[in-house]
Amino acid sequence: MSKIKHRNVLKLSGLEPLVFTPEINFVNIGERTNITGSKKFARLILNGQYDEALEVALDQVRGGAQILDVCMDEGMLDGVVAMQRFLNLIASEPEISRIPIMIDSSRWEIILAGLKCVQGKGIVNSISLKNGEEEFVHQAKTIKKFGAAVVVMAFDEVGQADTYQRRIDICKRSYDILVNEVKFNPQDIIFDPNIFPVATGMEEHRKNAIDFFNATQWIKQNLLGAKVSGGVSNVSFSFRGNNPVREAMHAAFLYHAIRHGMDMGIVNPTMLEIYDDIPKDLLKKVEDVLFDKHDAATEELLEFAETVKATDKKEATAELWRDESVSKRIEHALVKGILDYIIEDTEAARIELNNPLKVIEGPLMDGMNVVGDLFGEGKMFLPQVVKSARVMKKAVAYLEPFMPKAGDEGYSDEQSSIKKILLATVKGDVHDIGKNIVGVVLACNSYQIIDLGVMVDAQKIIDEAIANKVDIIGLSGLITPSLDEMVYVAAEMERQGLTIPLLIGGATTSRIHTAVKIDPVYSGTVIHVTDASKSVPIAGESISEETKVAYHKQIKETYRQLRIEHEAKQQVKQMATYEEAKANPVFIDWGSFEPFTPKKLGTTVLDDIDLEVLRGYIDWTPFFSTWMLSGKFPKILDDKVVGEEATRLYNEANAMLDNIISEKWLQAKAVVGLYPVQRVSDDLVMSEQGLSFHFLRQQGKKGKGVPNRSLADYIHPDKTDYLGGFAVTAGWGIEKKLEEFQAKGDDYNDIMLKSLADRLAEAGAEYLHELVRKELWGYAKEEQLDNEALIKESYAGIRPAPGYPACPEHSEKRTLFDLLEVEKNIGITLTDSFAMYPTSSVSGFYFGHPESKYFGLGKIAEDQVADYARRKGVSQAQAERWLSPNLAYTPSFNVQES
Amino acid sequence: MKSNEQMNRTDILLKQAKQRVLILDGAMGTMIQRYKLAEEDFRTADLADHPKALKGNNDLLSLSRPDVIKAIHAAYLEVGADIIETNTFSGTTIAQADYGLEHLAYQINYESAKIAKEVALEYSAKTPNQPRFVAGAVGPTNRTASISPDVNDPGYRAVTFDQLAEAYKEQVEGLLDGGSDIILVETIFDTLNAKAAIYAIQDVFESRGLPLDPVDGGIPVMISGTITDASGRTLSGQTTEAFLISVSHIPLFSIGLNCALGAKELRPYLKVLADHAPFYVSAYPNAGLPNEFGQYDQDAQEMSDQVEDFLKEGMINVLGGCCGTTPDHIAALARLASKYGPRKLELLSDSDE
Repeated sequence: MSKIKHRNVLKLSGLEPLVFTPEINFVNIGERTNITGSKKFARLILNGQYDEALEVALDQVRGGAQILDVCMDEGMLDGVVAMQRFLNLIASEPEISRIPIMIDSSRWEIILAGLKCVQGKGIVNSISLKNGEEEFVHQAKTIKKFGAAVVVMAFDEVGQADTYQRRIDICKRSYDILVNEVKFNPQDIIFDPNIFPVATGMEEHRKNAIDFFNATQWIKQNLLGAKVSGGVSNVSFSFRGNNPVREAMHAAFLYHAIRHGMDMGIVNPTMLEIYDDIPKDLLKKVEDVLFDKHDAATEELLEFAETVKATDKKEATAELWRDESVSKRIEHALVKGILDYIIEDTEAARIELNNPLKVIEGPLMDGMNVVGDLFGEGKMFLPQVVKSARVMKKAVAYLEPFMPKAGDEGYSDEQSSIKKILLATVKGDVHDIGKNIVGVVLACNSYQIIDLGVMVDAQKIIDEAIANKVDIIGLSGLITPSLDEMVYVAAEMERQGLTIPLLIGGATTSRIHTAVKIDPVYSGTVIHVTDASKSVPIAGESISEETKVAYHKQIKETYRQLRIEHEAKQQVKQMATYEEAKANPVFIDWGSFEPFTPKKLGTTVLDDIDLEVLRGYIDWTPFFSTWMLSGKFPKILDDKVVGEEATRLYNEANAMLDNIISEKWLQAKAVVGLYPVQRVSDDLVMSEQGLSFHFLRQQGKKGKGVPNRSLADYIHPDKTDYLGGFAVTAGWGIEKKLEEFQAKGDDYNDIMLKSLADRLAEAGAEYLHELVRKELWGYAKEEQLDNEALIKESYAGIRPAPGYPACPEHSEKRTLFDLLEVEKNIGITLTDSFAMYPTSSVSGFYFGHPESKYFGLGKIAEDQVADYARRKGVSQAQAERWLSPNLAYTPSFNVQES
Repeated sequence: MKSNEQMNRTDILLKQAKQRVLILDGAMGTMIQRYKLAEEDFRTADLADHPKALKGNNDLLSLSRPDVIKAIHAAYLEVGADIIETNTFSGTTIAQADYGLEHLAYQINYESAKIAKEVALEYSAKTPNQPRFVAGAVGPTNRTASISPDVNDPGYRAVTFDQLAEAYKEQVEGLLDGGSDIILVETIFDTLNAKAAIYAIQDVFESRGLPLDPVDGGIPVMISGTITDASGRTLSGQTTEAFLISVSHIPLFSIGLNCALGAKELRPYLKVLADHAPFYVSAYPNAGLPNEFGQYDQDAQEMSDQVEDFLKEGMINVLGGCCGTTPDHIAALARLASKYGPRKLELLSDSDE
């Protein structure tokens, strides 16, 4: 017998279901996308900045909204068009459209327009008996036909319900019409019994809250299936400008409303205090008002509110923490990242505890645990955490001379219960910002980090792991060849009998690669870690005595399933043959195109690019994402959640940039070359230099009119055309500064400098590209673009980089370096895996054809790989290793040639 | 009176559904391919000079070669299908616009339903214990209401809800006038398209005074979505449960899944429906996954072995085949289904909360 799950509950849907099971306590409706409630959203919509408006919606979802209220009621706006446009855009953002939509309007035509744009089951907000039964019935029937739930306002022909009796009378009448006449599903009816302000000083408002509570309870008991919703911020309307009181009122109101049966509501989470954290005296006064306990309740709350307002909590408490106990002081310094007193406090703790180790395991670790918890809960952000780690390191460094050495009294081999994690960037790879961030985050959570740095050989990783008795090994890598190296490390760990968990992370890694390639070769736990914040629970579960066995089993099973699904997908994937793909290239009308001869052919070296100039070309958005702050620059600086931290980080970054430039910490160099090429199928041949580039072609089956792209398509098929190449670095001189920071254990400035050098290198690439377009090649002499337009790539031509989606095979970088004589000209070198050193370097090709576009190669089939191997003059097995993320098939296992 | 007669047929269908797994037919396109038809087969006398090529417009065969369509229906009924689908997968003005044949949309639906009904009644008479039914097939059209075809403008739509509802309305009118016993909205890859179809169905039923609930004698409505790949979502991104919730606002006869996947791959998503749907559950998978040439290799035996899995668990009420399936497949499914009982709909009381 099939027992239907949750048959009689409210069910809504976006891309995913939202089922109001009995376990759901309260559903939070995001309301920042309501044009009448959010000035910022209103401004964006009125200016037509829909992309930014979408980010407001995204923030709501990320901030925990379970339903998204969208309202376009604004006099200056065509509400129907705006509603359609915004809902259509939301539909193309899966992270937003995951949740159900609440179509909010007082105008029926806007509601109708909205209903025609949502595929899920949403909510209409709202209808009422305001204009009589006929209109009410008609609207309800139409909503039912579209399959939406509905919010019904407690409003009738006379007006809004403002007493308990009026509330329940109108709701009962509405309910009876909906259920009996319209046959509306009672589960789909949501009442809004009007949340009105209290403590206004007006006699008739005294019972507003208590009437709402009681009406809610009555509805839930008498109108079966119906739900209750409301806009919470109304209740505190008379305390505008006094946020501490408003936040307390919202929290207390919500607490009681939910206890009376309120199911969902519009609540601004940033305007909400935690009920238990409301100071008891304030709470009492607020609850006296909400429940209208006595005649003077309003008066007393107003008086009290004055005092709450007078003492700005934050400023008054600024230095008070210095009077706390030493362990509290250390915790405070760690959470706030304050270096000033840490030596003094650490010394005090050392004397108090009479044991340096106990200081680390006691107050310091306790403080870092608080940091780890706050980070895990999303209440602290990465830049703050890195600063905390800096304080921690300083304290530990201070304690080190006091530590007992081997042979000393009190020294024992098993000194501490602290778990150890070894981190390394694998052989052939030099990127380590991500790995360092993971190290910092883990260190905040009581792990001791043994960081072997970059370019670490498999055997060294294993030897160090054994020598240090580490509990976990974490491997990192950014470039594709590192994937193979990780497989090799895992296989060696297996062969040499290790069983400890292996964590895999870095930009190029993926869950699917880990499941398909790494997990099968190592019998210990292997886990892919998507970002630094995930590393903590994963590390914990994989080594804790209680969970590790179950976790091992669970992860192995998950990855086994992923492999099966992957296998299944492989079969589904429809591939064209390489011949078919070549016969379906990008269509370019070559008849009317004459290749543009560059003004300056050959190689140009720029020995010392002015960093001040490059600064103007920086794209800041990726900088923030390195620091795990998501959002577009410059809007991120005003972001509700991360804005404050982003601004601080931005200011500190600019302060460092000032120093980088004035004290010449870094030097930027570049080489650019423009050469005649001849296209031969998917190869581009430079006969003068005796070199060829080999390009790959998309091979998925395409629909009518969609080409199988290759970068080679942008070069004239018959005539001599031109191709450019470049390499730029902003990493000269970085080592000296990094050593200084590392000596001080200053991860914060270490990561800051590396991330800025990366940005300067990217800025260098942008600057060079412009120079090429306007002068060296000169096909776009008239171009006038500001930095924002440059970031949006609103110019003709592209600069794809080997190792990136359009040409993912890294070994082509070798040819590019030979062509430009990069090592000789500016000194960037390539590792065995074709990673560039210094790390802050960028290299790539220039294609000048106005129709050239970036694209992703996707999966390719064996016929193309065989042909590619032949063109490059390497074995097919070698080509398959280089191209492993792009293979649409599982290569037959040959003996590893490395 | 026609409505009385219909009431009877609906009544009989509901009784049959309670007792056993109903068998739906297999692929129409796969069978048509066997006839190796040429351009002239697709042309009626009226279309002799039609400027566009018509080969491949299979729905048109109901007008130009009704003998072929009849024979295919008969082949499925012969091997035990209880329900046959009309040859109207692309019978909307929107889909027919590709051929410049918008004006024939109503006629295609009307004639297709009529042909199917004729053959179904013939077989009903032959096997009085096994009455046969016609499901008027409503396809997804070739446009999506919640996905933009233009990557540079995600807010753009090639078709609107109103345009879809209008086209579906005409199709449903034709299907009902031609004698369809059921309306089957199938191969739904965008739920908003399906919602427009459901909206149109309600409009047509309202104007004809037909009740929505089959229990009250209305025309049963079947809904069948398509999970496009192993992500477990429709093309428009919904999970199976979200899809179910989004189309549950009318009293459906059944909800189910068809196309894109084989029986084995479909199983986890059918389980979601079996667990959550307050309606009958249908499944008509493809004959496995297509090979690299786009053909289906799974034979009748392999398919029924995979299907047996969910029959055993009592997850299914209506079973049939989609792309690549033939009378052989349907014969095997019918034999198999006779061994197992249908999924039981336990209607829970309101106190379930």
